[in-house]
Amino acid sequence: MDKKAITKVCLLAGKLMLQSGAETYRVEDTMIRIASAYGVLDAQSHVTPTGIMFSMGETEPTNFVRIDKRSTDLYKVTLVNSISRNISSRSLSIEEASNQLKMIEKQIHAYPNYIQILAAALASGCFTIMFQGQWIDFIPALLVGGLGFSAMIYFHHIVEVRFFAEFLASSIIGLFAYFFVYMRIGVELDKIIIGAVMPLVPGLLITNAVRDLMAGHLVSGLSKGAEAFLTAFAIGAGVAVVFLII
Amino acid sequence: MMIEQLITSFIAAAGFAVIFNAPKNALIQCGLVGMLGWLVYTISTINGVDAVVATVAASILIAVLSQLCAKIFKTPIIIFTVSGIIPLVPGGLAYDAMRNFVENDYNMAIQLAAKAFLISGAIALGLVFSEIINQVIRKSRWKKSQVRSN
Repeated sequence: MDKKAITKVCLLAGKLMLQSGAETYRVEDTMIRIASAYGVLDAQSHVTPTGIMFSMGETEPTNFVRIDKRSTDLYKVTLVNSISRNISSRSLSIEEASNQLKMIEKQIHAYPNYIQILAAALASGCFTIMFQGQWIDFIPALLVGGLGFSAMIYFHHIVEVRFFAEFLASSIIGLFAYFFVYMRIGVELDKIIIGAVMPLVPGLLITNAVRDLMAGHLVSGLSKGAEAFLTAFAIGAGVAVVFLII
Repeated sequence: MMIEQLITSFIAAAGFAVIFNAPKNALIQCGLVGMLGWLVYTISTINGVDAVVATVAASILIAVLSQLCAKIFKTPIIIFTVSGIIPLVPGGLAYDAMRNFVENDYNMAIQLAAKAFLISGAIALGLVFSEIINQVIRKSRWKKSQVRSN
């Protein structure tokens, strides 16, 4: 079989999964499974959060893909996963697989922005209640959380520096939470801020980092941990700036 | 009191599933997984169990439920675990720690940061633990069937 085509399909599948926030070991596993389904049994793949290396056997050239943008899009992970299942059960030819993967690559997010903002707002309000806040703080947390999340989406579009969007978004959260408490619409500043900040907090990254470390993916674990730490620092600093000014 | 915790944790977990772009037909399951995990966590902490231990227990339950969902709906397990653990993630603690750092209260900050680190370690431990149980069960079954075929 055409080894170039197999490599292309494997790399595309791996790239899509990694960009959509799949675990490191799952990306490696999927690529090797696809390769072995097409008859390449000695494929090797090495995945880090910023790049994928893939080679088949010792004499074939090694291929490399650089990953620049990472987001969390579990719908894409599901789609690629089902394609790799179909490949493993030998019901999908290379051309079909490659076409389907290219279709997935072009797809945009499963939910439009306003639904995501709505979900973030609702989640913020609920987190305030879950952290033993009072119901009077539900509406302020809802508003501030939605505002902070939409600010983050907006700043991600216009600012290239990664952690700056989180910094600005959390300072907006701090500012508006203070405003609501000052206007006596909200009561507990801390609870409102914690609830509103939750959609920005890198909870997934922290947990994935520890998990990667335990699974032996030391490079991925450490780099994800660094990303999580920097994001948390940006959020904390953003809120703190507001406290310092006021 | 308990009911409001259940409802809010359901909405929060499902909301995070939307933020993470989970497939539409998995949203309710994500919410349920998150809700049950949070239920275990709150019941244990109310009864005086340490937060880290409660987190381990809750995340083991979340991982087992997620594995069931992943088997039934033939989707990657990460969809259910990610939105399920979100209520447990020590976001509030991490934020508190950071706030104390920038307010120059390093003693408090280090304490809170250590606790946040321990809790996120506990989440990962719970997730990995159930995976290990799953592997042990599968491998021991495999051995039995091998013995039979011999």
